[in-house]
Amino acid sequence: MSDSSPLQLSDRPPEAEGHLLQVEDLHVDFHTRDGVAHAINGVDLHLDAGETLAVLGESGSGKSVTAQAIMGILDMPPAAIPTGRILFRGQDLLTMPDEERRAVRGPGIAMIFQDALSSLNPVFPVGWQIGEMFRVHRGLNRSDARSAAVRLMERVNIPAAKQRVNAYPHQFSGGMRQRIMIAMAIALEPSILIADEPTTALDVTVQAQVMDLLGQLREESGMSLILITHDLGVVADIADRIAVMYAGSIVESAGVHDLYRRPGHPYTEGLLQSIPRLDMKGEELFAIKGLPPNLLRMPEGCPFHPRCHRVRDVCRVDEPALREVRPGRRSKCHFAEEVLDE
Amino acid sequence: MFKFTVRRLLQMIPVIIGATFLIYWMVFSLPGDPTAGKCGDRPCPDAYVAQFEEEYNLNDPLLVQYGKYMAGVVQGDFGESYYGVPVSEELSERFVVTAKLGLMALGIEAVIGILAGVLAALKKGGFIDNVVLVSTLAVIALPLFVTASVLQLYLGIRWELFPVTVGSDTSFYALLLPAFVLASVSLAYLARLMRTNLSENLGSDYVRTARAKGLPQSRVVGVHTLRNSLIPVVTFLGYDLGALMGGTIVIEGIFNIPGVGNYIYRAINDRDGVVVVGAVTALILVYLFANLVVDLLYGLLDPRISHD
Repeated sequence: MSDSSPLQLSDRPPEAEGHLLQVEDLHVDFHTRDGVAHAINGVDLHLDAGETLAVLGESGSGKSVTAQAIMGILDMPPAAIPTGRILFRGQDLLTMPDEERRAVRGPGIAMIFQDALSSLNPVFPVGWQIGEMFRVHRGLNRSDARSAAVRLMERVNIPAAKQRVNAYPHQFSGGMRQRIMIAMAIALEPSILIADEPTTALDVTVQAQVMDLLGQLREESGMSLILITHDLGVVADIADRIAVMYAGSIVESAGVHDLYRRPGHPYTEGLLQSIPRLDMKGEELFAIKGLPPNLLRMPEGCPFHPRCHRVRDVCRVDEPALREVRPGRRSKCHFAEEVLDE
Repeated sequence: MFKFTVRRLLQMIPVIIGATFLIYWMVFSLPGDPTAGKCGDRPCPDAYVAQFEEEYNLNDPLLVQYGKYMAGVVQGDFGESYYGVPVSEELSERFVVTAKLGLMALGIEAVIGILAGVLAALKKGGFIDNVVLVSTLAVIALPLFVTASVLQLYLGIRWELFPVTVGSDTSFYALLLPAFVLASVSLAYLARLMRTNLSENLGSDYVRTARAKGLPQSRVVGVHTLRNSLIPVVTFLGYDLGALMGGTIVIEGIFNIPGVGNYIYRAINDRDGVVVVGAVTALILVYLFANLVVDLLYGLLDPRISHD
């Protein structure tokens, strides 16, 4: 897969672990008027070729910021990345010259966003916007880029693609617009596609269609997928692994089936309990008490301790590390084994 | 689009009738005697006054006067000034000068305003941004005639870079300074509008997408952001042409330019109603057509607007 990639970044051999993407100890701060908000506090994650990783978390947990840091589209300032490495095919994106980094966006890593209407430019036809990928990155002329755009629109199942190539974003439905975003993102056959809440703005039936499309495209192309979501239901069918984020760090990562069978962190426990189930009809739905911490004033010790139902004295003073608790499973809890064994 | 244009053109008719009547009424309501000073230091002989009033229909009721005037206008006759010169003749000569001045001002406004706005927005809080904000504030705060006098004094008299007044030489070069002064206030507003719009759009979702597509920064700003930010700017420019036309009355007076503005200024002093109505109607027409062009352009710039 990486052999056929148009991107030849380096002659250097990949790192020992050889992950396609490896994020190490990533920190992102936002400099605001009220002080420095630590949005990301040491995120570690990795992604292999063809793998689908779901990043799960509430609003403000830092999942979108992580994705934008990987893409290199954070506004800096106000954002700043004081430490960390983002290795793509063994090369650190953070130390790369701007021009090289730009060349990674599109052919190397591509991204789709939550709200396709505002994410597409309202004044250009959709075919023009898709074709722009080929014109800018591959130097295709206008008419070739347009036919390539039509083929992509057909590939993401947009009916009457040839007739609609010159239509504008506002002339499409929400689901079709997200398909156009997807067509644009996969245009240059990226190794990694980051989907940031791709179905949140869509209604349920359309959500399923878009997720199916993403799954199908991943199968066909062998690309890796990072799926960012707060919706546990979306994750189960498509993901291989799940990373759960809380207050700017990863609190648990595990294979999708392991995690659903037995969570290894009290926060994940709470998340799974808060899914409505048919057999619980009439019972009150579980909710994790309290609110996520203020990123400007993080609590001492474990960031989750004020909301944790298993909190003990050590949690209030000592922040646990993300550690391997079972083969292939990591948890950021002092009592992970206890949670798992229960 | 065609239907829209026709409808808009038809809408102009009542606007023109209403506007001409209002002006006619206002000028003729002004106190003062149009024959004053026509006969040297003495009052004019009664026979002359009677003939004068007869010739210009001054004894008819206002509505009848207006009706006679409009009947002439429809036949292409804009009447005569009290000096006996046909209004249409003088107006067409002067209109060329004013149109030149107005378009030059519009050009200066567009080029400098957009450029200053873009440069300010690209580095918000930076040096250029602060220079633009302070200088536009100064220009907006100063009355037009102060700006004009200061520039006349320094660029015209002290440094002799530009002619102080224009007079009969209405060349591009001679009109440059008045056009700049005429444009200055609008230019300041335009720069601020451009800056606000561009910096707002730079934070929008589709610009984030453009960056995620791996486009060069020049393309992200120059194509994706600028196009959207220009929509309100073009609207402002179009409507502003009307304000510039009004501004010529002051500017042409200060710089002694033989244009429509100067003509109106003199005619108001002379209570020369027929001239005022004719000249102002010409400016109103410019304003109406500029508005129409803006609305049509708006549909081309923003595909979400439809004129069907």
